[in-house]
Amino acid sequence: MSEVMLSFSGVHTHYGHIEALKGVDIEVRKGEIVTLIGSNGAGKTTLLMTTCGNPRASKGKITFEGRDITNAATHEIVRLGIAQSPEGRRIFPRMTVMENLQMGAIVSDPAHFEEDLEKAFALFPILKERQDQRGGTLSGGEQQMLAIARALMSRPRMLLLDEPSLGLAPLVVRQIFQTIKEINEKQGMTVFLVEQNAYHALKLAHRAYVMVNGEIQLSGTGDELLANDEIRAAYLEGGH
Amino acid sequence: MADLSINAEKARALDMGALLKDAGLTAFVAFALSISLVGFQIKDASGGLQLITRFGDVAVVTAIAFIGRVLLFLLRRGRGRAVLISSAVLAAVLLLSILASMTPDSLPQAIVATARAVLPFGNVVLSSVMLIVLVVLAVRGYQVMTHSVHEMTMEERDREMDKVAARVQKISLFLGPLALVFAIALPFMPFADRRIVDIGTLVLTYVMLGWGLNIVVGLAGLLDLGYVAFYAVGAYSYALLAQYFDASFWLALPFAGIMAAAAGVTLGFPVLRLRGDYLAIVTLGFGEMIRIILLNWYQFTGGPDGLSGIPRPSFFGLPFTRRVPEGGDSFATFFGLDYSSLHRVVFLYYLILALAMITNLFTLRIRKLPIGRAWEALREDEIACRSLGINPTNTKLTAFGIGAMFGGFAGSFFATRQGFISPESFTFIESAVILAIVVLGGMGSQLGVVFASILLIGLPEIFRDLQQYRMLAFGAAMVLIMIWRPAGLLAHREPSIRLWGRDKIGKKAEVHS
Repeated sequence: MSEVMLSFSGVHTHYGHIEALKGVDIEVRKGEIVTLIGSNGAGKTTLLMTTCGNPRASKGKITFEGRDITNAATHEIVRLGIAQSPEGRRIFPRMTVMENLQMGAIVSDPAHFEEDLEKAFALFPILKERQDQRGGTLSGGEQQMLAIARALMSRPRMLLLDEPSLGLAPLVVRQIFQTIKEINEKQGMTVFLVEQNAYHALKLAHRAYVMVNGEIQLSGTGDELLANDEIRAAYLEGGH
Repeated sequence: MADLSINAEKARALDMGALLKDAGLTAFVAFALSISLVGFQIKDASGGLQLITRFGDVAVVTAIAFIGRVLLFLLRRGRGRAVLISSAVLAAVLLLSILASMTPDSLPQAIVATARAVLPFGNVVLSSVMLIVLVVLAVRGYQVMTHSVHEMTMEERDREMDKVAARVQKISLFLGPLALVFAIALPFMPFADRRIVDIGTLVLTYVMLGWGLNIVVGLAGLLDLGYVAFYAVGAYSYALLAQYFDASFWLALPFAGIMAAAAGVTLGFPVLRLRGDYLAIVTLGFGEMIRIILLNWYQFTGGPDGLSGIPRPSFFGLPFTRRVPEGGDSFATFFGLDYSSLHRVVFLYYLILALAMITNLFTLRIRKLPIGRAWEALREDEIACRSLGINPTNTKLTAFGIGAMFGGFAGSFFATRQGFISPESFTFIESAVILAIVVLGGMGSQLGVVFASILLIGLPEIFRDLQQYRMLAFGAAMVLIMIWRPAGLLAHREPSIRLWGRDKIGKKAEVHS
């Protein structure tokens, strides 16, 4: 079994008096795609945000490659090699695609900017066509691609994705997930994926966790969970 | 059928009653407003105040309002021809009388006198404004007549204007250098007298302040209502350094910049967690704090008396004085020129031009560097920036510090130009004007700042003839801009980088480094 990259142990997070995470334990190993599924308000996004120190965990420990990052500043965490594509994509709408990608590379060595750009364009050829267009004029799917490409520009060792399928057409969702798989297989990128679209996420992931009300309820390999009756009933019935 | 045609006939016929009522009401409002504002003037006279009545002007105002309203009414009713003819006739009369009154020597006295009598308020500038309005009305009348007028919706008009702004931005590649050449040549133009050069210097000071504030407000998106504080810090730094340490302008300039930048960072550090309105209020308070400290620290800053006798700048050690210093040269003797007080005026003009251009080049350059792009990204989305590894606090602090630094440079220029400074020069209204320049120009647009400075600083100076009306005109201009260009005159962001082909990436990668 390969080494653990990101681990959460007993992580609690509060929004004021409300406890959003109630002691979460998750491990992500090198080279894996791990997904976290759960319904609205389960605390998925909170977990990702807590990873980046905003809000901070009130209890518990988060480590990345053995280093304690529980109390590190957001921008420092990113510099350690964790790239994040935040919920709702959050691209820069008034900047061009190219400028957005440059913003992604802002903390990395400019010497390999060209090479990284080439890679990003190879993953998402549409971005190359759209490079001079303003981010805000892209379609939802293209914006999501841009958000992922931007995150990859910092040469991360780990990619955090928050609901990349949000508000996208099924065909585009499939394409995005295909690319995530490609990034994982070709570049050996470790991916931690938070999703509501359980079917696609579970099919893609090596391992998966199910979060309910701020706690991990179930875990296992993607296929195991796909076959699980409870999961089928709660997250998969009624189509995907 | 007959009924219909009669109805149509009725619609076509002009309702004289409605016309008179409408125009009469407008004229009455104009009369009621102007009888108190224009009708009476209090003047200093020997032995106390004197009340002067100007009922003639009130009559002129009322008549203008009446005629204008009639023309607008006709325009609304589709009477293009009538509007065209009458406004063209009025415009022609006005134009002829302006021309006649401007050449009093070549025409018989009687004609000149009549022409002057025709001019509203007997004032050439006001009449010229009237003339413009009439010409616009005539053009509209012609459009209505030929049915070529097309009522645009707000969005259509916005889009049209944005296209114009984009085009201006595109030609700004030529327009910028052209403006620079014009600015360099200005003091040698045949029409340039001392007044013009002085106005130019003033406008350029505000251009520089606008460019400095543009870094903070336009690029980094931090609303700063106390920018004048840094201007004040710069000015006082130089004045005090000169007073206590005999520092020359050139020596003090970098210090003034450093002091202002330090003030910017000191202010920025505690308040940058705030956002939007809250930040604006704190910066506003900071601006007032600096002014009040300067006002009350009597022993050090001279309080309300200000600091005087601030040394003038020299040209590489050559002073601009009539008296030649012992064992040396003055500017005039060194270059074998006759002494003229204009030398210094022109020199100050070039000095601020150079300082402003440095600010501009710095901004243009830094926009292409990671820090500059981080500012712009921060303006758009702070959370996204953080998730990309940008430290928002440091990034904002640099924006604040660098913006303040340029404010400090401008401040020490102000001090050396005036030779006297007091807290009075650094009131909130200055901050407001500088901010108005940035916003009016279109946030982040360098050329927009120049346009807005000319509009806000240059025009009121040129139109000093209008006396107290110029602030009225200023307000009217602001309202019109708010209606037509709410995002600013040249609000159209150009990408800091653009690629047309792969082969250019190598070049851009160097920019990136």
